[in-house]
Amino acid sequence: MLELKNVTYAVGDKVILNDINLKTDDRFVAITGPNGSGKSTLVKIIMGLITPTTGQILFNGEDITHLSINERADKGISFAFQQPVRFKGLRVSDLLKLAYHGEKNIVDACEILREVGLEPKEYRDRELNDTLSGGEMKRIEIAMAAARGSALTLFDEPEAGIDLWSFHSLIRIFENLYAKTAGSIIIISHQERILNIADKIIYLKNGTVEAFGPKDDVLSYIANAEQKGVQQA
Amino acid sequence: MTETEKHILKEVAALDALPVGAYNIRSNGKSAARNTTANIDIVTKEDVSGIDIVIKPGTKNQSVHIPVIISESGLKEVVYNDFFIGDDCDVTIIAGCGISNCGGQDSRHDGVHSFHVGKNSRVRYVEKHYGEGTGTGKRLMNPTTVVDLDKGAYMIMETAQIAGVDDTLRETNATLADDAMLEIHDKILTDGDQHATARMTVDMNGKDSSCDLISRGVAKGDSYQEVMLAINGKNACHGHAECDSIIMDNGIILATPALKAECVDASLIHEAAIGKIAGEQLYKLMTLGLDEKQAEEMIVRGFLR
Repeated sequence: MLELKNVTYAVGDKVILNDINLKTDDRFVAITGPNGSGKSTLVKIIMGLITPTTGQILFNGEDITHLSINERADKGISFAFQQPVRFKGLRVSDLLKLAYHGEKNIVDACEILREVGLEPKEYRDRELNDTLSGGEMKRIEIAMAAARGSALTLFDEPEAGIDLWSFHSLIRIFENLYAKTAGSIIIISHQERILNIADKIIYLKNGTVEAFGPKDDVLSYIANAEQKGVQQA
Repeated sequence: MTETEKHILKEVAALDALPVGAYNIRSNGKSAARNTTANIDIVTKEDVSGIDIVIKPGTKNQSVHIPVIISESGLKEVVYNDFFIGDDCDVTIIAGCGISNCGGQDSRHDGVHSFHVGKNSRVRYVEKHYGEGTGTGKRLMNPTTVVDLDKGAYMIMETAQIAGVDDTLRETNATLADDAMLEIHDKILTDGDQHATARMTVDMNGKDSSCDLISRGVAKGDSYQEVMLAINGKNACHGHAECDSIIMDNGIILATPALKAECVDASLIHEAAIGKIAGEQLYKLMTLGLDEKQAEEMIVRGFLR
């Protein structure tokens, strides 16, 4: 169960997130909204990459607002970055082994790569440097989150940049992850196909939650809002 | 051999026991063990301290280990090792020096290695420098490597100084004939108030010769590193130098590229980057459960792998 209470984040005079209140323990929640609405900031605050200016974050009833990133990871939160990070010298297998809490050997840990359409043998010894394409990095990032198997997994636009790979495979990863963890998955996405498989949707606009509820309700809300926008224009 | 000496041997040459093939183990200024083979001879020099390693033409898939161990505080030595590698060879040479200094006097090893690599031969050279010990005496190493690659010869050098050396000047000078190729992967980690200077100069005299010099350094604490990579293109050739460093704490790094083209068909490239560990890299590893210090260590370990 994740709860955000009065979370605000401002940089100088600019308010990025304004008094966010959310409570969710749903299986699959999508966050959507226009560019610059604060979606990425919101998930970074949940993971601890950004400290909110005010407000509280609770995870399974515990206040985690002041916990570090790794303390939150230990509590069962993981995060697939929108822009995967490159490392000179570290290999795909190093990070996958770490993702599995070091419990699997290199060969077994890399089997998860199959789920993202990469052949483990070809990729496990590859360095996570700029010899890997953006699409390959993105798939490895998703594989890491899947390997981690956390109670709460945050994905920041997982579908971006992986167009050569099938959408169905991505959905299968979410399903497998849920089957393994019976936890929650929160995904930032603009993709209708992803929004359509969500249980609930959070619609963010200008740093505030404009709508949060069951998928169909929020999709209608967004459609109406867009319609109004067109009429006003 | 004492436990300390065994430990050093493992650190610098990954040896638990005497190696297979030819070897010369130098311990505290003397040859402690030696083995020669039908193709590889090791002869003690008479004029200066050191050995000649003579490898017959056509020697394939053989290795030579020549580790140096210093465990006596205050020992200072200059050693000359010359390698004469015949034509059409394919050999691996494992060198390395470890100093354990638990005393109050400085210990120093200056190794001068000269390689004469014959036509179309392939050589892999691995050299690791390591220091340990609780004494106030410094651990000093000044390796000089001279490489002369004949026509079509190839040499890869994997050199590393990962821990415990207080002061070092590492000089490498290479000359390449036609079609020769040299690859160098050099890694240095300094910490505390250590100083390290690495200077590599490659003269690409031969037509279609090529070199790839890759230096990776990490400067922690109050340490200081200087890296100079120089390529002189004197013929139609390809030269690439890359100097990549991570700076931490109060470390200082000076990286100096030097490319000189004396031929219109010389193609020379240099890349250099110095920076701290990226915040995003730390964040990523922390999301996988490492604390900041562990994440930093993993990034450095990978970078210097």
